[in-house]
Amino acid sequence: MAKRQVMFTFPQELIKEPVIYNLGQQFKVVTNIRRADISEDRGWVVLELEGEENDIEQGIAWMTSKGIRVDPVIGDIVEG
Amino acid sequence: MSYARALRCRKCGREYPLGPLSLCDFCLSPLEVSYDYQSMAKALNREKIAKGPPSMWRYSDLLSVESEAVDLGTSFTPLIKADNLGRELGLDQLYIKNDCLNPTYSFKDRPVSVAVTKAREFGFDTVACASTGNLAASVAAHAAKANMKAYVFVPSNVEPGKLVGAAIYNPVLVTVDGSYDDVNRLCNKLVERYNWGFINVNLRPYYAEGSKTLAYEVAEQLGWRAPDCVVSPAASGLSFTRIWKGLDELAMLGLIEPVNTHMYVTQAAGSSPIVNAFQTGTLHVHPVEPNTIAKSIAIGNPADGYYALMIARQSGGGACAVTDEEVIAGMKLLAETEGIFAEAAAGVVIGALKKLAGSGVIKRNELTVAFITGAGPRTQEILSDIVQPLAVRPVIESVEEVLGISA
Repeated sequence: MAKRQVMFTFPQELIKEPVIYNLGQQFKVVTNIRRADISEDRGWVVLELEGEENDIEQGIAWMTSKGIRVDPVIGDIVEG
Repeated sequence: MSYARALRCRKCGREYPLGPLSLCDFCLSPLEVSYDYQSMAKALNREKIAKGPPSMWRYSDLLSVESEAVDLGTSFTPLIKADNLGRELGLDQLYIKNDCLNPTYSFKDRPVSVAVTKAREFGFDTVACASTGNLAASVAAHAAKANMKAYVFVPSNVEPGKLVGAAIYNPVLVTVDGSYDDVNRLCNKLVERYNWGFINVNLRPYYAEGSKTLAYEVAEQLGWRAPDCVVSPAASGLSFTRIWKGLDELAMLGLIEPVNTHMYVTQAAGSSPIVNAFQTGTLHVHPVEPNTIAKSIAIGNPADGYYALMIARQSGGGACAVTDEEVIAGMKLLAETEGIFAEAAAGVVIGALKKLAGSGVIKRNELTVAFITGAGPRTQEILSDIVQPLAVRPVIESVEEVLGISA
């Protein structure tokens, strides 16, 4: 089992969709929310994903394809 | 000796033992080094600091290091009264902190010196980073000095010329066939898999501390006082927050008067998530896709963006972004007025300073320090069009004709 700590940033049109629930259901990824801020027009969630490496990768790819930005929770590592 | 006592979560306040760790296990927020300031205050005074070496290590009591530092001779860089530039901008008390003059030509030597020293203390024999420029050079150089192995990861599309500044120190240079985001993701996984000291990941709390010395030096060089205004570039936001922390600590220790410094964060318009958040009034720094010539500060998802934003707000400071054209103009203005050839991040600072002074946000009589964090020659390709020499034949007549002069 692998763990990944990520931040999801949601566009307005997806605020009402249960995407985190669907992520867990469709990709067998356990989602553990640690911090979040959701308003009616945008939102972000910091969470830990736990599951098989491949399932996590596929789940993240699915989230990205839906228009959700997925970033490492530690921010960008590559510096100038 | 060090007065560091724990790593502390910046969000929820949970504490962890001092070790190679950067995130709070509970809320996944960044950790920072906390100190026993009471004991530190008893042991520290201006005279003791002044007797220390002319380097950042005169402030070793305020850092988190327990052993002899891995030091290339970093810091105590000049704080210059910039009268020519000040005249151009309408500022009577403008100072430039010229951190181009560090061993690998950028301020990164400060945080990296601390991080590599801590890496050695923690028993790592290998350090690593992902960088296309200043950080790579500094990590490779410090690893060479410390007889440690260094891995430097870069996206494969980076021009080879940009890597010379790191390659000369002979690190293991690895190009990654993928985008900037791919390198980020890969490095995240490497941190988990290998027992390396990843400079800006698992060593980040210590790496961060090195930047506080920018503030200590400026305060000491100003005769033990804080500036009225600080104008500094931000990439991840880390150094910006540590300049503030450094000033705040000096005041807490009674070494300077209470701080009333207005902190101005500056970014290139093509990569300005912190400035965007400041201007829209949100509390969340939304990531962006960087697109600017100021590559050394082009970070779309800044780890300390929220904290930089809060400091700019709470200090009564501000935020300013400038276009790439304004960046170039800022670089030229700094060179033409003060004789300092600095990198594009300095163009961001000077371009923003011009706007802030021009609009009256920063006032003429305020003591303002602009932080110049890296030297220009490493990225001189962005200025190639300024080379327009006048061509003459090797005879006096030709010189006089072309230059329009006569004896």
